[in-house]
Amino acid sequence: MVEPAVTDALIAAHSLTREEYDRVVAILGRAPTYTELGIFSVMWSEHCSYKSSKVHLQTFPTSGPRILQGPGENAGVVDLGDGLAAVFKVESHNHPSYIEPYQGAATGVGGIIRDIFTMGARPIALLDSLRFGPLHEARNRYLMGGVVGGISGYGNAVGVPTVGGEVLFADCYSHNPLVNVLCLGMAQADKLFFGRAGGIGNPVFYVGAKTGRDGIHGATMASETFDEKSEERRPTVQVGDPFREKLLIEACLELMRTDALVGIQDMGAAGLTCSSCEMASRGGTGVEVDVRLVPRREEGMTPYEVMLSESQERMLLVARRGTEEVVRGIFARYDLDAVVVGRVTGDGLMRVRDGSRIVAEIPVKGLVAEAPVYRRPTVRPAWQDEVQRLDLDAIPLPRDYGAALCRLLASPSIACKATVWEQYDHMLFVNTVVGPGADAVVLRLKGAEGGIALAMDGNGRYTFLDPFIGGVIAVAEAARNVVVSGAEPVAVTNCLNFGDPTRPEIMWQFTEAVRGMAAACQALQTPVTGGNVSFYNETTGKAIFPTPIVGMLGVLGHISHATTPAWKAAEDLVVLLGESREDLGGSEYLQVCHGMIQGRPPTVDLETERRIQRCCLEAIRAGVVRSAHDCSEGGLAVALAEGCITDPDRPIGVEVSVPGMLRPDALLFGETQSRIVVSLREADLGRLQAIADRHGVPVTALGRTGGSRFVCRGRTYHIDLSLAVLDQAWRGSLSAFFRHR
Amino acid sequence: MRFGIIVFPGSNCELDCRWVLENVLGQQAELVWHKETALGDYDCLILPGGFAHGDYLRTGAIARFSPVMAAVERHARRGGLVLGICNGFQVLCEAGLLPGALLRNTTMHFLCRQVHIRVETAATPFTNACTRGQVLRIPINHNEGRYYADEATIARLTANDQVVFRYVTAGGEPTEAANPNGSLQNIAGICNEGRNVLGLMPHPERAAEALLGSADGRLLFASVLRSARTASATPR
Repeated sequence: MVEPAVTDALIAAHSLTREEYDRVVAILGRAPTYTELGIFSVMWSEHCSYKSSKVHLQTFPTSGPRILQGPGENAGVVDLGDGLAAVFKVESHNHPSYIEPYQGAATGVGGIIRDIFTMGARPIALLDSLRFGPLHEARNRYLMGGVVGGISGYGNAVGVPTVGGEVLFADCYSHNPLVNVLCLGMAQADKLFFGRAGGIGNPVFYVGAKTGRDGIHGATMASETFDEKSEERRPTVQVGDPFREKLLIEACLELMRTDALVGIQDMGAAGLTCSSCEMASRGGTGVEVDVRLVPRREEGMTPYEVMLSESQERMLLVARRGTEEVVRGIFARYDLDAVVVGRVTGDGLMRVRDGSRIVAEIPVKGLVAEAPVYRRPTVRPAWQDEVQRLDLDAIPLPRDYGAALCRLLASPSIACKATVWEQYDHMLFVNTVVGPGADAVVLRLKGAEGGIALAMDGNGRYTFLDPFIGGVIAVAEAARNVVVSGAEPVAVTNCLNFGDPTRPEIMWQFTEAVRGMAAACQALQTPVTGGNVSFYNETTGKAIFPTPIVGMLGVLGHISHATTPAWKAAEDLVVLLGESREDLGGSEYLQVCHGMIQGRPPTVDLETERRIQRCCLEAIRAGVVRSAHDCSEGGLAVALAEGCITDPDRPIGVEVSVPGMLRPDALLFGETQSRIVVSLREADLGRLQAIADRHGVPVTALGRTGGSRFVCRGRTYHIDLSLAVLDQAWRGSLSAFFRHR
Repeated sequence: MRFGIIVFPGSNCELDCRWVLENVLGQQAELVWHKETALGDYDCLILPGGFAHGDYLRTGAIARFSPVMAAVERHARRGGLVLGICNGFQVLCEAGLLPGALLRNTTMHFLCRQVHIRVETAATPFTNACTRGQVLRIPINHNEGRYYADEATIARLTANDQVVFRYVTAGGEPTEAANPNGSLQNIAGICNEGRNVLGLMPHPERAAEALLGSADGRLLFASVLRSARTASATPR
């Protein structure tokens, strides 16, 4: 076959700029072949190279006493003690999920699971952070139904439970939903594996499913904005096979128990190209592969297509010379292909053969270390001041505060998501102590006293209104979610979803959000262990809210510390830790009750945040508080209502009065940060007060649990609703959009 | 007691079953790969939940042809205990060791949640530690859990006291609202005529520790242990 000539048009079709192409020529010392052009194009795509984000990501704190592996590998690793390690990472699959929601989400799940077991960890939990447009539009229901179906269909069958996550809604996600999937695995700290091609002459194995033409240039697609014709790209979305992946997990974990394995990496974005040259780069070696040897399921594939295919459920691994039969034997047991397709070399080159013909020969350093890095221009958008302006005097107070509360509880972003997570197996591996629906999920660690907590969080509306504050809050709230669940926050993974980075306004949002996240991670001592950047989340020039999603890992010293938001008994005291301010800017209340996305989001004093988190954790560990719940979207009133109704088997009412001189709607629905609602036995109030005093945290007794009504009184308002009414608003809202029977 | 847990490619609850048998109940449990053709000396075989062979074509349809199934059938014909949980139940139906079939949920999607089931008969080796009418809280986790059989089969099951569990409300009523998947007559689990083979859709191994929300499922395993003790006390 004659390969196409490399022309200006072909270069442009590969999304390489003229300067980038010149750089390719300089690295090679000649013009690239067609296959080489394809390889450079995917490796230097935003998705694989992080060329626009790299300089900013370097500002994150990435080390700490518990961090065994920071950014740069397939996933981060955190030391849990007792020889155990948690391996975790989040990744986006936004673009494919818009084009084909079921398979887009399914392959997102499959991809992140491979990143985890490639490190030597058994994947034990998934969480997803999802964003959709409003559900009254049929297309958004289709997208959400497809995405949830894909997560359910793949995650359940692959045998990794989806234990939690979050789903939020806003107009801006109608044409660009977000699908961010986090996977957690457990490994022995001294048995980790890395994506390194070591040992010159060692065989390079291709294992797993066969290669087809699916997903060619998927990474490049994820590095471009969308337009009306995006659906025509459906063929670039891969199709997942969870059964094959389940076998791949078991076979790889079995191989890792032998001494045959040197290094391993999944073939995700940019497939064979990315896995082989990244492994060589980390190993400081070269690698040679022969595409003729690659197992295929389509005929007539060119070397270009084989190298760029993103067919799912495939891994590349380097084994010790002489152990080939061990590798083949294990994969044969699972009826999977395991074929030697090349070897590790010492020349620092990525050499691709098609039989005897060399079709690509590129210095690995050129592809990886010498990839372009941009410090793109930034500019604060002209409209930023306008959206931050908020005149509270022009906002009328609600006539009926009870009705306002019900509207907030029924708002899809706040409402009960059981209709979603009941479609996920969230109990497999019998670790789920606190499942989906609470502030964080809590998993026990088998054979140890402790447990781990995981939360995902990120408020795009806040970040849109003030990217720095949005970044701070994403981290602070995720940490708070983990704390109220009884765990100490220890490490972060993140997924940064933004628009087109070549637009200076978008780049400003990005740098500000990263600055906020870095400050919060520093203050809360939760280093970043890795993550993913997803740019180009725009369709026809309209970007999504800048949406940084934080995945926070926490550690429970003892599993009995696991705490949930629901009241545990009648006649308990309800207490607020922290102080309320007049924070209506960017609130769910302003949007739901007044149709406004406006104002400055609540600021966070990180020292105050740290103190309140330590106070709450100490109170939980001391057995002083019986429930704890973060005040977030919908404010104090929603947090109190959720205390009443989130446990479906045991609804318990509450009677409180909220003191304060603020506007009543700010008092009830304002979203001041650094606040936690707890409940406790009356006899324990003194102990809580003592702990709070020591941390300098204000304590306000609000009232008492009990009865079957939600009663909340203030100077100028009075809410008195039956729990059945609250429950109907909160639990009935989302399921009404997805009724099948 | 020695339990053998059959592992098909795509099974995923085998480790949970082993965890509960070994760590909660202190029994011996071994995993048996589906390519085995001879079984060791097991008192009870468990076909665990999951997606055997990907559940492609139809749930359990390929698994019934796995090499190990001939040995499972021999074990069952000899009167050995066989417990099929969720996907295991589906496989037992496909293999003809239990009557009927499991169809797609009427909700048309996967369901993972706590449900209540009522013990319809204590006269099986799997429920003898329960009392008839006792309500258990045990989670389900399936997309195809709607039990279906023709009228004659349902009548025979009823007449022979082979319906072992029904979906009920917390108060023990087999209402339509308490039926999560549209199963005929709220059927959640059945046994064979010999009463040594049980299939049920709920997952008792997920309800074996109070820490995880319910320990009711332990009663099924306790029943198996009790029946083994009774059997060994009775002269053969």
